[in-house]
Order: sequence, then structure tokens, then C-alpha cells
Amino acid sequence: MSILEEGHRTMKIGRIATIAATAALVVAACSSGSTPEPSAGPTPIASLGATEGQKINVLAWPGYVEDGSYDPDVDWVTPFETETGCDVTVQTFGTSDEAYSLFTTNPEQFDVISASGDASLRLVRAGYVQPVNVDLVPNYADIFPALKDQPYNTVDGVHYGIPHGRGSNLLMRRTDQVSPAPDSWSVMFEADSPYKGKVSIYDAPVYIADAAVYLMATKPDLNIKNPYALDDTQFQAAVDLLKQQKPLVGQYWTDYLKQMDAFRAGDVSLGTTWQVITNLLQAEDTPVPVDVVKPKEGATGWSDTWMINSKTKNVDCAYAFVNHLVSPETNAAIAEWFGEAPGNSKSCALTADPNHCDIFHANDDAFWQDVWYWQTPETTCVDGRTDATCKGFDDWINAWTEIKG
Amino acid sequence: MTTAAPPIPQPAPSAVRRLTSWLHRHDRVRLLLLISLPVGGLIIVYFGSLLILFVNAFWTKDPFTSLIVRELTLDNFVKIATTDVYRVVTLRTVGMAALVTVTCALIAFPIAYYLARIASPRKRGVLVVAVLMPLWASYLIKAYSWRIILSEDGVLNSLLEPLGLSGPGLTGEAPVWITFVYLWLPYMILPIYAGLERIPGSLLEASSDLGGHAWTTFRRVILPLAFPAVVAGSIFTFSLTLGDYIVPNTVSNVQFIGNVIQVNQAQNLPLAAAYSLVPLAIMLLYLLVARRLGAFEAL
Repeated sequence: MSILEEGHRTMKIGRIATIAATAALVVAACSSGSTPEPSAGPTPIASLGATEGQKINVLAWPGYVEDGSYDPDVDWVTPFETETGCDVTVQTFGTSDEAYSLFTTNPEQFDVISASGDASLRLVRAGYVQPVNVDLVPNYADIFPALKDQPYNTVDGVHYGIPHGRGSNLLMRRTDQVSPAPDSWSVMFEADSPYKGKVSIYDAPVYIADAAVYLMATKPDLNIKNPYALDDTQFQAAVDLLKQQKPLVGQYWTDYLKQMDAFRAGDVSLGTTWQVITNLLQAEDTPVPVDVVKPKEGATGWSDTWMINSKTKNVDCAYAFVNHLVSPETNAAIAEWFGEAPGNSKSCALTADPNHCDIFHANDDAFWQDVWYWQTPETTCVDGRTDATCKGFDDWINAWTEIKG
Repeated sequence: MTTAAPPIPQPAPSAVRRLTSWLHRHDRVRLLLLISLPVGGLIIVYFGSLLILFVNAFWTKDPFTSLIVRELTLDNFVKIATTDVYRVVTLRTVGMAALVTVTCALIAFPIAYYLARIASPRKRGVLVVAVLMPLWASYLIKAYSWRIILSEDGVLNSLLEPLGLSGPGLTGEAPVWITFVYLWLPYMILPIYAGLERIPGSLLEASSDLGGHAWTTFRRVILPLAFPAVVAGSIFTFSLTLGDYIVPNTVSNVQFIGNVIQVNQAQNLPLAAAYSLVPLAIMLLYLLVARRLGAFEAL
């Protein structure tokens, strides 16, 4: 055999050997599962131990867990760390899907997560979060009753987290580019809107619910009772509305900083937003002229829950931190910083702006009647219908890709 | 008087000595051992991850628990083949990759020609550094800079305003095209420069001796000789555009293959894995064609 052929044969042997080794590796990886099984008969822990020296990793919405890195005066983490000896690291995310994906790819990395209703049930069903013993969280007693025992934080009577606060998605406009002041989502949905290419919408499949909310008011004959419970006809109507909206859309945002950039530069004039984004824009050195409103059709919103990883090794610090976040003072600080209604009823007396709770309707149950908290749609209709099957979240995800084209 | 010297006793060979002599006699095994670590590591890491990606493409996601169901099925491929949006996005991405490649080639060729054949050695050195300098800046910084330039109150609009025009803004394919051309231009200039440099000056003199004007020489001597280099550069521009998701995200709102994969990576990993095989297949085809055109010798 010539040297060339010898070399080729050796290479071939080597290649075959390594491919065989790789295949063995893959088979081994496939057979060992690292994803947790959904827990059967969940029982929460009965008591807590010492918190000294534990480190927790918190996965939170931007603005929920401020440790002084955005603004040195805005910090409710360092006092907690000094008091308990825990060490807290925060990571933020843009959408519930991003949070869920972060959790599934690193099931043991995050000890505490702020989960909106469209992530909380997925986390429970996949077994990523543990049931919570509310007796070990003293501040739970003061949480608004309207937030307790909700379908997105309690499953079969078992609590899976501590309610945080709630807010509504809002319609923001550049006051110098949009007049008159809109009071309806129609400026963002109707084909004759004068703001083509200047609309900024949330880039997540859950936005289909926003279209459904608009249809609840404009097309009552579709009989939509819950924007997360959409059967075939209702879902198709929502998808068609969003395809009709497409020429208006200038930006799909997941990163709140990108939406701020777009409003500041004037790339967009209208959009769905969170109050915190408006607050930050108005508080800039050169304030950006923006204004928000909850349109008359209602809106989607969120009600968040602090959940604890089922595999956390720092459960004592996790409980202590969650208790701290829903304490009257901290909950008031978060609610004011982010711009939402606090979860703790005692926070209303502690906000710097005495009207905060009134502005955000913390005590006003009527306000929340037309705010539909983010929820994961399931094939068993979440509005309780048994005579129809609804579109599950997978259908929403597929439809969203198609709508964006 | 001669006496036969007693043979010098050989030391008993140690284990290491025995091993080295054995390896010396079996050079195939020696070669295998030498290359096994680096090549094996590369193959396990690179092909191993591709293999895992490939296997994931045949799994599905449980709609209730959102966990991956490890049973082999072709569902994902059926969905990609039958749903319109995946075809639209693929065609859009391939079209953009082709457009960017052609644009980069048209812009890069004159620059590379000047560098290779006209510039004095000193100017050439300065210009090569100038061409390479954008590569020193972070990719993200460049993408965001274009976002700022193309934005409503950005530099482009203020330059065009007195002429009554306005820039493409941050929607649609135009800003993506501009940014990609800017980002990948150095990758096109350098291979073409190398290819043009290799053309011996004697060929050009021969061509003019045979009566060829400048344009004829260019068309019939320089271009065919430089074409493999253009194809080599196009490998970069085409593949980098095909897989990119950050630039469409940053300067526009359209979906490319990378964006669909990125979104599904969070929500439906098996589908993302299946869709990733599409640009992989496209690039394999492209590389086969490029090899036929001689690009690999020109790299």
C-alpha cells in the first residue's frame, strides 16, 4: 500500500472509531433523562433552616429585583443580603417563553422565578417548581384575596407560589406624533389607521390574546368569553386580525430597552407596553413625550407569582427572599418602580406617592374585570367550555410564526 | 594477536523502549495515536453536536408539559414542508444571501483590484489595514450602529432630508441588506485580493500583445482567473447571511431562518432542530458547487 493509501486507511479507521464513540455518547445521553418528572402527590416543605451562606439565583422580570446596578438608589436586595447572609444574583428576561426556555435548559440554575400566568402552569406541569408552604411565608397573610388561589398559582388546592402584584398591558403613544389621544385599540388594529409602520407590538405568541380582547368588543357574535380559550373559528378570527395588523407594525419587541429606543427615536408612535417603560421614558434626562392609557376594550395583563425551583439546594434563602419581596415595604417599592398594583394590601399605605394604589387600582376589583392575566392556553378550554376544544399553546406558537411571516 | 571481543551485552529493553520500537515498526498506529486526540476531539465535539441536533429533529414536544418526547417521528419535517411560512422564510433568506453576495462581489472587486494591481506597496499596506479595521470592532456594536444610523432621527435621514428623500427606516429587507453588505465586505475583499494578486503580470502583457484592449483583457483573462476567488469569498457572505438572526432582529422586523430557529429553540426545540437542517443542507449543496468551481484552491 502506498503511503497515501495507508494514511487514508488510518484516517478512515480513526474516523469510524470516533463516530462510533460519538454515537455511544449520544445513546447514553438519550437514555439518561435530566428533566424532572411531574411530581405526584406534591407536599411542600414543613420547616425552614438557617439562611447564612446560601446563594440564590433569581430569574425575574426587569424592574422586579433591583440591586442597585440600574440606579444606585433603587436597591431592595442589599439590605436583604445584609440581614440574612444570603447572596442574591439576578437575571432578567423579556418574555415568559424566554424565561421558560432558560429554566428548561438550566433546570437547576435558578432558585426563584417570577412567573407570569403564561409560564407558571407550564413550570408546574413539567415539574420544575415545588409546592410552597404558605405558612412559612408570614407576609402571605396580607396578600390581596383577589390574587390568592387563582388557577395560575394553585393547582388542585396546592399552592405553587406566592402572588406578587398585577398590572395591565397598556397603549402608549408619542404625544407629539399621535393625536387625538386614542382610547381604543382600533388605532393599532384597523386597516385604515394613519400610523402604518409606526406600531410596536409585543413579540410573543401570547399577543394573540390581545387581538382576541379587541374582538371581544368589536365582534361580539364570535362569543369569545376568555381570550385564552379560543376554538377554531375564534382563533382564526384573531389570526386574521393580526395579519390585517401586519402592515401597521414597525417593531416587534421583547427587550424593553429596544422599545424605549424606538419610542425615543420616533421610529414608532404607538405600542403595547408596560407602565415601567413609560415611567422610564418620562424620567430620562430629556424626557420623551409619551403617555399611556388602558383602552376601553380592556387589555391583557399579568399577575405574577414567585415560584421556587423544585431542585433548589438553597430553599431557606429562597423562602426568605420571596417573603422579603412580598413584604409591605419592598412590595410597595417594586410596585412604584415598575408601575403596577402591589400584591400586599399593606403596601398601599407605604408607597411614596399616596395615590399609587388608586392610580393602579390595587383595591379596585372592577378595574380588573376587563384585564385578562396572561395564561397558557390549553386544549381543554380554560373558560370551562366542554362542548368545544380550544387551541393549545403549540397552535398559538405556530400561528405566531405564520403571522410574522 | 587478535581475539574476538565478547559481544557487548545489550541492556534488557525497558517497557518504554519496547513500546517505542514497536510503534516505530507500526507507523500506521503511530499516526493514529498522534492525530486521534485533536481530530477525535474536533469530531466528537463538532459532529457529536450535529448528531444530537439531528436526533432532536426527529423528536417532538409534549403540548401539555412542554417536555421533549423522545420518540422518533417525521412530524417536524412534514410541518416544515407543508406550512407556507417556512418556505417563504427560507426563500427570503436565500434570496437575501444571494443579493448580499452579488452586492459584496460588485463592491469588493474594484477595491481588491486596486489593492492588488494598482496601489503602491505603501498605499496597499495602509488600505489593507483600513479594510481589516472593521473586523476589530465587535459585531454587535456594528449592528447597533447601523440601527442608530438608519433610525428615524438617525444620520441617514438627516443627510437625505434636504434632498427630499428618506432612508429605508428599520422595517423591511432594505436595512438588513445594507447592514449585511457592510458586515461581510472585508470577507469578500480579501480572497479576491489574494486571487488577483496571483495573476502573473506576464499574462496581461501577453493579452495586450495579442491585441486585447483593457476591457477584453479584463473580461477574458482577469475575470475567469479571479472567479474562483470570488466564489471563495462568496462562501463567507452566503453562509454568514444564511444563518444570521441578530442583524434582522436589530435593524428590522422581518423573519429570517435564524429568527425562526431562535424563537422555536425556546418554544419547540425539536422543530427548531429540524428547521436547522434546512440551511445546513443548502450550505452543503453550495459548498459542493463552490468546490467544483475551484473555490477551495483560491481560499
